[in-house]
Parts: sequence; structure tokens; C-alpha cells
Amino acid sequence: MKPLTKPAKRFLTGMIAATTIGLSSVTMAADTIKVGILHSLSGTMAISETTLKDTMLMLIEEQNKKGGLLGKKLEPVVVDPASNWPLFAEKARELIEKEKVASVFGCWTSVSRKSVLPVFEELNGLLFYPVQYEGEESSKNVFYTGAAPNQQAIPAVDYLMNEIGVKRWVLAGTDYVYPRTTNKILEAYLKAKGVAEPDIMINYTPFGHSDWQSIVSDIKKFGSAGKKTAVVSTINGDANVPFYKELGNQGISAEDIPVVAFSVGEEELSGIDTAPLVGHLAAWNYFMSVDDPANDAFIESWHKFIKSEDRVSNDPMEAHYIGFNMWVKAVEKAGSTDTDKVVEAIIGVEVPNLTGGTAKMLKNHHITKPVLIGEIQDDGQFSVVWQTEGAVPGDAWSDFLPGSKDIIADWTPPISCGNYNTKTKKCSGQYY
Amino acid sequence: MRHRLWHHPALSSLLLLLTWLCMPAMADEDSAALETAFELFQSKSFDHKAEGIELIARSGHERSKTILEALLKSRLFIKRDDKQIVIGEKLGKQYRINSALAAENLGTIKKRKLKKVGINNNLRRQIRTALATIDLSHPDPSVRLEAAQSMTGKTDQASLDLFRTILKLEQDSKVREALLNALAIAQLDAPDPQERLKAIDQVAGNLDPAIRAKLAHLEQDKNYPEVAQAAKRALDSIEFKLQIFSVLETLFFGVSLGSVLVLAAIGLAITFGVMGVINMAHGELIMLGAYTTYLIQQLLPDYTGVSLLISIPAAFVVSGLVGILIERTVIRFLYGRPLETLLATFGISLILQQLVRTLISPQNVPVSNPEWMSGALEINSVLALTYNRLYIILFCLLVFIALFLILKRTSLGLQVRAVSQNRDMARAMGVRSARVDALTFGLGSGIAGVAGVALSQLTNVGPNLGQSYIIDSFMVVVFGGVGNLWGTLVGGLSLGVANKILEPWSGAVLAKILVLVFIILFIQKRPRGLFPQKGRAAGD
Repeated sequence: MKPLTKPAKRFLTGMIAATTIGLSSVTMAADTIKVGILHSLSGTMAISETTLKDTMLMLIEEQNKKGGLLGKKLEPVVVDPASNWPLFAEKARELIEKEKVASVFGCWTSVSRKSVLPVFEELNGLLFYPVQYEGEESSKNVFYTGAAPNQQAIPAVDYLMNEIGVKRWVLAGTDYVYPRTTNKILEAYLKAKGVAEPDIMINYTPFGHSDWQSIVSDIKKFGSAGKKTAVVSTINGDANVPFYKELGNQGISAEDIPVVAFSVGEEELSGIDTAPLVGHLAAWNYFMSVDDPANDAFIESWHKFIKSEDRVSNDPMEAHYIGFNMWVKAVEKAGSTDTDKVVEAIIGVEVPNLTGGTAKMLKNHHITKPVLIGEIQDDGQFSVVWQTEGAVPGDAWSDFLPGSKDIIADWTPPISCGNYNTKTKKCSGQYY
Repeated sequence: MRHRLWHHPALSSLLLLLTWLCMPAMADEDSAALETAFELFQSKSFDHKAEGIELIARSGHERSKTILEALLKSRLFIKRDDKQIVIGEKLGKQYRINSALAAENLGTIKKRKLKKVGINNNLRRQIRTALATIDLSHPDPSVRLEAAQSMTGKTDQASLDLFRTILKLEQDSKVREALLNALAIAQLDAPDPQERLKAIDQVAGNLDPAIRAKLAHLEQDKNYPEVAQAAKRALDSIEFKLQIFSVLETLFFGVSLGSVLVLAAIGLAITFGVMGVINMAHGELIMLGAYTTYLIQQLLPDYTGVSLLISIPAAFVVSGLVGILIERTVIRFLYGRPLETLLATFGISLILQQLVRTLISPQNVPVSNPEWMSGALEINSVLALTYNRLYIILFCLLVFIALFLILKRTSLGLQVRAVSQNRDMARAMGVRSARVDALTFGLGSGIAGVAGVALSQLTNVGPNLGQSYIIDSFMVVVFGGVGNLWGTLVGGLSLGVANKILEPWSGAVLAKILVLVFIILFIQKRPRGLFPQKGRAAGD
């Protein structure tokens, strides 16, 4: 071996010093409660998930300022699954087995959630999942703080049908599990409401699709049949930008054919000029523009934490806010961070949301949420044009799919099952 | 919901009465209507606002058009302190406000002190119709024409009466035509079958979708077979025209998709085609071009058009320099080892992506389109060519021609071709092959940067921009024939058109797969692509 050069030596000593400091911080951390944050900080999903990591760091910091939890400080453990689905499972295992975290807040795409589910069930961990999803799932170890289809898609369709008088429907989505399942539910729902087959057009596009010319032109033709037409879009994330641009360029305004989107929020709009999109709709459970003191306070502390006045807040951030506060309350109630005790204590816990109401954890591990419909404004914000009377309870298994009509999830005794058939009175054990 | 006093119908009418009574004697009735409308705008209910808009539209006040336009563009605000309705204009972080009624300058004010008068789609539609009605008596015939056209098919009884009145006075033939058309469409619903027949004659050959829907309805008319037949004839001729235009449309879509493919691939045609370097970081060089556009736009926020034009050479330089850097530091040690080159450049692509994520933002960045690139060139009501696509097609051809001339007409081009055909011989003739390699790679990379400028106008500018184009680029180059610019052009355009022909009946996902399968089969038959290199250059 060659003798080390001077800089290399300096580098090595530095490394050793760094490792010892790292080690000592681990030993010091013995009387903290660790909270795992499992969001991609690199790769395709970094665009959405980085914000959620920052949100969690802010919430934990604030809780520590209030004196921590059970007399201990909370310690965030951030890992980067790099938008790589199998890596999500590995990182989840690392968080639970090696870091011994009390709970994990994370995942965005459904495929990443499906990838970590077996790990959480095997190691009896706790996952709070903050994004709207396709439903058809309820695991003992997962709490779904985002919207189930009946808390976003169905009310949005109701709004279009009853308030706008839409008769013809385009269901456009990106080709993966969330849009496919949601559209299946919506198609069944529309047909149940008496919409005929020829009045429904379903279209799927690949991830990151950027050439929307023919699809928009098809939508235009579909919409020129003399009946009021609307597009229900489950197009994922940033494929929306060229889609809306094309709509604008081909002269389709929101007044002619409104598009209601389930995956377009303030964060997605902050990347584009929204002037041509004014009037298109989105259905969420939270908008940054909601006029409420709790929301104002949240936005203010977010801007302070992230050190920028320009950053927006969005629906999944609110979901983490709710989920984190629910977990804190449940741990306080149980007096312990033990998974089984927390799972039992959290059912029925009620915390304020950011839109002036409260969210309650239900027996099926979903929560109650109000549904808001907003129109896009030229400043990239939404203005609420309609909202449900009260909060809507999340439904794990859709009532509009033939396979899951009779299935419910109830994690309290005597049922204690995520997939319980009310007709046959049997628990299938297949929770996802 | 918080109730305000004026929400209550009885109270609001009382308020209306009071406003009327309290009006100073000097104020005319028009202003009174506006004042009442402004009271209604304070309400949260969209129905109240609709009443307000109606009042303004009917008032005939000289300010009504300005006020409605401001409302449509969300520039109408309520001052939080004295509830006055003002028109605001953004000035940095502040707003310069004018009172809506008197156009009196009220100075500048912070955004928080203003509350926007919110509207929804129904109100927007109402305002647009109201504005068009006002425009129908505009002195400029082109404005009148646009107003008449925008109201076609959306008329109610009141506007039809208005149309008839205006028609008596209208001199301009085009406006008359548009008005008659709008009336005819409304007449298709007339109770008298003779009226309907006349209307069908009037609209024959018109491609407006509203007409098609109504004709299709008339065709089913069992009571008047004469009307049904006339409708069917008119419909058939319309359908025939539609088919022709739909073929033209598909062709345009195909060519525009193709030109994007060509733009993305043409830089690769040089680095991969001419030099034989499998550059997986090609997509990231495109991305750097797009980010250059973004950065220059940040420097010149008020001149979108100019900054876009400046971006073209700037992106060429930035991506070109990065390309040269990659070539000098990595690729030149790996010539003749394609697998290692592939892996090394793939690594570089990941580094470049993460660099952008760390230095700029993991989020997509906004790049705005200049005014002249938005909208569409309307050939008729079914065929509209979007301007951004037209410009991209044009731009693609320009880039192609420029590159072609560089390779065929300049000494650099000569040297590049010499080195790519026979490196040793070229060196023996005194060509500094290392320098030529670096410049060629720089040229290909620079062109990728220029493609990035074009793509920034079509799609998202973000760290993942390059990844979505790298596969397509290789596909085009391999299909067109390695080492041949013409091949890239023809290959790209034909793949674009093929994709667009397949898309309507197979869906976008399957169309992409089918095109790939086709290329695999094609390469089996002709391993060297559409335009294989001939002669000694091909010998390897």
C-alpha cells in the first residue's frame, strides 16, 4: 500500500472525527422518540415529496418547542428512498428495525405504499400515508390521512352533475393503478346515475405524456355533440402542464369544457402560468386560499420554517398536519409509543383540520374530511366555489365496485379486520 | 357561512331602494345601477353577483365595459376598509388602484388591503356574452365581427331580438354574414318547418359544431320528412368536409410531434451518428438548454419574446461547453468502448439531474410562453393549428438547415466528416482529430441545448425533462440510419405521423408500443436504418 498523501490523511481523520460525532449523537438520543420520514428526496417523485419532508420537520420542531411528547424530545429520522419502489421497502425496514422509530410518515405513490405494506405488517410498524388514493385497502398498521375516492372523486362528479349540469364525461388519466381504479369506480357510479355508455369517454396516457394534441382534439370533438361536457382528470402531476397548455392553445376554455382534476394542487400550479387555466377545477380537502385562522397560522409558520414567502401549502401537507397531531394525541392518550397501544388509542381521536373543522380517525383507519371544489385563479391559487355540508367519512372499500360493495374495514373488536364481508360475515385476511 | 345583511333578498331590495333614494340629484340612472351592482358584488353568493353583472351590462354606462373586463380578468377588488369597488393593477408587490365608477386614481395599496371580487365559470360566461353584446355596436367592424361570432350558438331570445335590430343598420358584409348565421342557427329550432328549411339552406356547409348537433337532431324529425331529408343532406356534406379536415389535422399533429422528435434527436445524430458515442447524458444536455431559457427569463422577466430569442444562442453555448467538458474529461478516454461510454454517460446524466435539483430546485420551474406563441391559427371551426407547434416545426427546419450547412459547407464540417470516415487518414492529412472530436461533441451538445429551448415552450422544465426524450432520440437516430442527417429528419417525421395515426384507435400507450415493435421489426430487415451509409464510409 502506498503511504497516504497529506490531503488524504486530513480527509481520513476528518471522516473518523465525523463518525465519532455521529455515534455520540446516537448514544445521546437514547431518551428521544424517533419519528421516521420516508419521502423521496431524489428521483422523479422528489418534486412532490421533498415538501412533505420539510413539513414533517417543521411539525416535529414545533412539537419540540411545546415540550416534546411524553416528556421526551422528538427526533426526526430522514431517509431517501429515491423514487425507487423496492428501496422504499428497504428503507422502511431500516427505519423500523435499525432506527427503532415509533412511527413513520411517508410515501406518495400507491406503488410505493404497496411496496412498504408487507414490511409494516411484518415488523408491526406504524405508517401515516398523506396522499389521496384509490381506496380498496385497509391495513392494521397504516393510517390513511389522504382522501379515499368517496372523499374526492364522487363529490366532484356530483358537483359537475348537479350544479353545472354536465351530461357527457371524459375520464382522462395516467396509466397506473390510481387512475384506473378511480375511473372504474366513477364509471360504475355514472352508469348507476343513468349516464349512457356513449356519453363516457375513457382515455389513458403514459407517465409524463407531453404531446396532447390529438387527445385534446378528441375531447373537443367529443364535447361538440351539443351536451354539456366535462373532463374528470386523474392525470398525474406534471403531465398536466402540457395538457392544460394544449387546452388553452386549442381554444377550449373552462366555460366550454371544464376540467376537474384530482392531482393538481397549488404545488403543481406553481410551475406554470395559470392565466389560460382560470376556471378549471380541482377537488381537494384543503386549499391554501381557505380563509381560516388555523390555516393562516400554519402558512405563516411554514413560510418562516422554509424561509421563503413564495412557497405554497397543499392538501397532502394538511394531511400530514392532521396525521401528526392525531398520532401525538393518541400517544398521549395511550401513554406509550407502543404500536398496538397507539393503534387502539387513535380510533376516535379528533383533531382540528386547517379548513375550520375537525378530522376524526375512523375504525377503518381513514379519517373524516370536508370536500372542497376550487376554481383555478390567475395567481396560481384556487377559489372555493362549492363545498360539502359537513365532513365526509372516508370509505376504504368502494360501494360502487361489484367486488367490494359488501366489504367494510373495522379495526375494533369484535370484527378487527380490514376486509370484512358483511354478507358472509367472514374476514378475508387480504387487506390490500 | 357568514350572513351579511344584504344577503337577504328583502333587505337587499330595501337597500336597493335606499340607494336609489339617497342618490344625489345630479347622478344619472346609469351610475345608480352601477352603485347597486357594486353593493351586490360585496356578497359571497354567485347569484347576487350575477344580478350585479346583469345590471351593469344593461346600464349602458360608459364605464360598464371597463368594469366588466376588469371583473373578467380578476382585477376588480373590494377595498377592505371602506368597501369601495376599485380596479387594481399590479405594481410589484403593491397594487395601483382606480375607483371603478369614476376612474379616479386612488394611489397604491398593499395586496392584503384588497379583496378580490371572485367569480366562477357561469359568471365568466355571462360577462363574456355581456361584453360581446356591448361590442356589437363597436365602431370597428372587426370587433363587431368577433363579437357576433363569439355569440353564435349561444344566443337567447333577447340577443336574437338585438341581432335583428342591429342587422337592419349593419353595413359591413362580413358582420352581416355572421349575424345571419347566428340567426339561422337559432332558426333551426323554429316551430315553423318552412323556417327550419330556410335555416338549413343558410347553414349548409358550415362546420360550426353547434350546427352539426342541431342538424343531427333535425334528422330524427319524424313529423316533417322534408326537413329531415334536408337536414340529412346538409349533414352528409358537412361530415365529408369534416373527414378531410380530420386527415389534415392528424397530419399536422404528426408532423409537429415528428419535429419535436427531430429536434431532440438531431444533436444525437451528430454525437452518436457521426462520432459513434452512445451519450446517455444527451437528454440532460437538452434539459440544460431548457434551464438556460428559464434563467434568462428570470433576468428579463418583462421581455418574454426577447429572452426566448436570446436563449437560443445562450443555450447553444451552455450545453456546448458542458458537452466539450464531458468529452474532454470522460468520453475521450473511452473511445471504442461503447459499453463503458454508455455507463459513464449514464452516470453523468444522473449527476447533472441531481445537480439541477440541488442548485435550482427539485420542483419544475415556470417558463412562460411569449404572446405570439399562444393560441391557434383558426382555419375554420374544426381545424385550428396551434401557433406554438407551427413555430416549433419552423424552428426544427431552420436548425436542420443550419446544421446541414455547417457539416457540408464549413471547414469544421469537412474535418468532422473526414474524421468520422477515417480517423487515421484524416490525421495523416493534418487534421487535429482530438480537437475535432471535442468540437463535434460540443456541436451536438449545443444543438441539444437549442432543442431544450424549444421544448421549454411545450413541456415541463424540470430535472426529469431529459429522461423523457432520450429513448425517443435514440429511436429516431437508429431508425433513420446512423450517421445520416436526412435519415434523422425523415425518420423523426415519419415516426411522428405514424404515432398520431395510431393514437386515435389504439390509445397513446399502445401507440407508443406499436411504434417500438415496428422499429424492432424494421431494424431486423434493414439493420442500418432508412438511409444506410454507403461506400467506404460504411465499412467498419
